[in-house]
Amino acid sequence: MQLDNLYQEVILDHYKNPQHKKLSPTYDAQVHHINPSCGDEITLNVTLSGDTVANVSWDGVGCSISQASVSILSDLVLGKTLAQAQEISDSFMALMQSKGTQTGDENLLEDAVALAGVSQYPARIKCALLGWMAFKDASVQALAKNQ
Amino acid sequence: MSFNAGAVIADFPILSRTVRDGKRLVYLDSGATSQKPTEVIDAESNFYRMHNAAVHRGAHQLAEEATDAYEGARSIVAQFLGASVNEIIFTKSATESLNLVAYAMGNAPAGNRFQLKSGDEIVITEMEHHANLIPWQQLAARTGATLKWFEVTPEGRLDLSNIDSIITSKTKVVALTHQSNVLGTINPLSEIVKRAHAAGGVVVLDACQSVPHMPINVKELEVDFLTFSGHKAVGPTGVGILWGREDLLSELPPFLTGGSMIENVTMTSATWAKAPKKFEAGVPNMAQAVGLGAALTYLNRIGMDQIFSHEKALTKYGMSALLEIPDLSIVGPTDLEMRGGTLSFTVGDIHPHDLGQYLDSQGVAVRTGHHCAWPLTRKLGVPATTRASFYLYNTNADIDALVDGIRNAQKYFG
Repeated sequence: MQLDNLYQEVILDHYKNPQHKKLSPTYDAQVHHINPSCGDEITLNVTLSGDTVANVSWDGVGCSISQASVSILSDLVLGKTLAQAQEISDSFMALMQSKGTQTGDENLLEDAVALAGVSQYPARIKCALLGWMAFKDASVQALAKNQ
Repeated sequence: MSFNAGAVIADFPILSRTVRDGKRLVYLDSGATSQKPTEVIDAESNFYRMHNAAVHRGAHQLAEEATDAYEGARSIVAQFLGASVNEIIFTKSATESLNLVAYAMGNAPAGNRFQLKSGDEIVITEMEHHANLIPWQQLAARTGATLKWFEVTPEGRLDLSNIDSIITSKTKVVALTHQSNVLGTINPLSEIVKRAHAAGGVVVLDACQSVPHMPINVKELEVDFLTFSGHKAVGPTGVGILWGREDLLSELPPFLTGGSMIENVTMTSATWAKAPKKFEAGVPNMAQAVGLGAALTYLNRIGMDQIFSHEKALTKYGMSALLEIPDLSIVGPTDLEMRGGTLSFTVGDIHPHDLGQYLDSQGVAVRTGHHCAWPLTRKLGVPATTRASFYLYNTNADIDALVDGIRNAQKYFG
């Protein structure tokens, strides 16, 4: 079934066992992002150590795509430099906009390639991007705060 | 004439197409927008094909025909609502209709009955669509008036127990929905209307979810303004209706100004045409108005009482079928009195977006989310719901497809 392209096992696993879904008591920046068309919400904390992502944690409500995506993102960017995180994020954005023509760079995106199927469902791309936008926003704020 | 769903379905060409690799389209999203019968599609395109010209202008035959078609549509709407023809205003949407009333009230000068100032009160309800919430919230912010609201009970009904403290001598306007687009609840109006009028206020009714589905007579409802959108009533997009009592429309200042809505203009001042023209600045959405006329003619021919009974039967069948599904909770009244054919629900831990996506893969089209009534879903403690909304072209087979889809989704995501 075509739907299986969207709901890959990896996504359902992350949805049922989300990673880093517990807000850290301290952080350099905390952001709250909302998907106004569906009501999904996420709060995300970022702590930097120099230009390295020392901690990412989050809490939120939303569909399996949005929740799995932020779980995967948290795993991916933790311990990376902001430049590396940016590279991953750019690659993920390109994958989401590919309308099903790309499978994603597995070396760079790891579990996030499981979200490739989302790009065939235009209404769900914003679900997948919710956490990524929140991370982008938080990391910019954290960097500004630490400078 | 008894209701023949099979014949009705044949009138709607889109219902014979397939979706998602050959699946029969099961369209259960009429609360968002309805499908269109061939005669509406034809009426709109024939206007462009044969009669297109700017109405109320032009010294030529096409302008005459266009004006006849447009004004003919106005008469059909008036008859449909039990109103006078001069009380029917064409807008581009129900959202525009509600903003028209709110902004026009905000334009009212001192001495005008609609003038709002600090100390005056605007009353809405917690179950309003954003379109009947934000215009009033913003009007209150602009004028200093106080926004008050009726709360919603856990069963999804309006809590009228504190009506005495909600509608007071300070109430200038009560704006509420006739039927909730999320809960399906049909609101009782008589007590609210009586109190609002006793306070000297007016009642604005959002009838988007009722006019397409049940017989409506504005005189019997005794409200002061009523709006609905064409596209939810098997008509085209881009046309809405605002009905207002003639004496009130004559006192209400205009909202949009410009061509067509004037009586006389100098470089420094202008006076207004009488309603409805006063509220129809610019060249209107003519083809869409004509299409709406065809839509209401179609609905009338089927019979609004027939449509209402058909949907009531669907709701009864759907409600009992849904309630048999483990972990499914209806968000809204489960008793069938004073409720329409809109069923919102949650299914265990399956997020509505995921459920909606699964149903879509089976050809079943539903709406998911907060349905533009975010304060309501927050109040009811659900971040989002799945909504199935019925119309004249739906059958028990559509509900069976929905139920099968939900059960299969439970296995898929289980």
